[in-house]
Amino acid sequence: MSDSPFEIAVNRKWCKKCGLCIAFCPKDVLESDGEGGPVVKAPSQCIGCLLCEMHCPDFAIIVRRRAEQ
Amino acid sequence: MALPLEKYLRVGKLPHIWCPGCGHGIVTQAIIRAIDESGIDAEKTVVVSGIGCSSRAPGYMNFDTLHTTHGRAIPFATGIKMANPELDVVVITGDGDAAAIGGNHLIHAARRNIGLTVICFNNNIYGMTSGQYSPLTPTGSYASTAPYGMIERPFDLCELVKGAGGSFVARSTAYHTRHLTNVIKDALKYDGFSFVDALSQCPTYFGRRNKLRTPLDMLNWMKDHAVPGASWDKMTPEEKEGKFPIGVLVNKPSKELTKVYDELLAKTAEGGRG
Ligand SMILES: Cc1ncc(C[n+]2csc(CCOP(=O)(O)OP(=O)(O)O)c2C)c(N)n1
Ligand code: SF4
Ligand SMILES: [Mg+2]
Repeated sequence: MSDSPFEIAVNRKWCKKCGLCIAFCPKDVLESDGEGGPVVKAPSQCIGCLLCEMHCPDFAIIVRRRAEQ
Repeated sequence: MALPLEKYLRVGKLPHIWCPGCGHGIVTQAIIRAIDESGIDAEKTVVVSGIGCSSRAPGYMNFDTLHTTHGRAIPFATGIKMANPELDVVVITGDGDAAAIGGNHLIHAARRNIGLTVICFNNNIYGMTSGQYSPLTPTGSYASTAPYGMIERPFDLCELVKGAGGSFVARSTAYHTRHLTNVIKDALKYDGFSFVDALSQCPTYFGRRNKLRTPLDMLNWMKDHAVPGASWDKMTPEEKEGKFPIGVLVNKPSKELTKVYDELLAKTAEGGRG
């Protein structure tokens, strides 16, 4: 399977580990670091829906198209 | 395209002061995304707030911003709009700020149809001062000042603004982020007074006291109780019990106050009496 065209960046300095991004991802791309913060476990599964980004209260998770970098 | 955070946020001021899982960051993000997608000129956008956790939002937003006094964001914003009608003036307020101490300003701005976009971060509680009930606290809910449950009835802010003559009224929630962004876009586009009741969550002072233990529980509560406006209109009073409509609930043309005022100025300049 080809890699996802999307890339997820987590800003750990701003993240307050509420866990909403992990709960909203429909593809189980994210998993908890044990304290509620996200670890990008399955980046190739990302479909670019932005549900994690838009539900992040901390502006701390951003999904970009790879070409955009 | 990813949201250009550096363009719209004062990144040096982050991380913000809000609690983990607070809905105010979600609503703030929806506002900057709506501004970005609607292509309005950030240089001509002013964001004004009162006092409360919600009213801290403009401090993180990279626009001309004004953090005023409790309940008085709308009067300050009215002055800005009257002096510079070409500006897009956005008011960020809380349910306490907008409906308790600032309630009169809210209804009169709606009555006047002054061209402001007012977005109420409605978390049903006074968050900043540690959880006193507000005029939006639902009957039976617990607050620090309602230890046996709220005995009063809450306002329906959309109905209040509508009753005061508001000609653009919408509601959405921190669960429905795409929908919320879209209604804010519509509100920004509206030429006149526009009001958005944006349901937000205060996990610290509302959720924990009201058996919604996590921020996710609070967002799921919004999902389970919100009804799209079109379906709402077809429901019986029994079916509506405990639920609320979301979407653009009122949107009708009405001449904006600064335009009426400009016409008066033009007439008086010609020597008429208006
Ligand atoms: C004149 C005045 N009265 C009272 C206060 C105390 N006070 C600060 S914020 C606030 C309520 C805020 O509630 P809300 O507007 O719902 O904002 P939230 O913190 O919930 O986002 C109150 C009563 C004040 N700052 N000034
Ligand atoms: S007290 Fe409530 S409203 Fe204020 S930052 Fe915390 S969660 Fe948000
Ligand atoms: Mg509040």
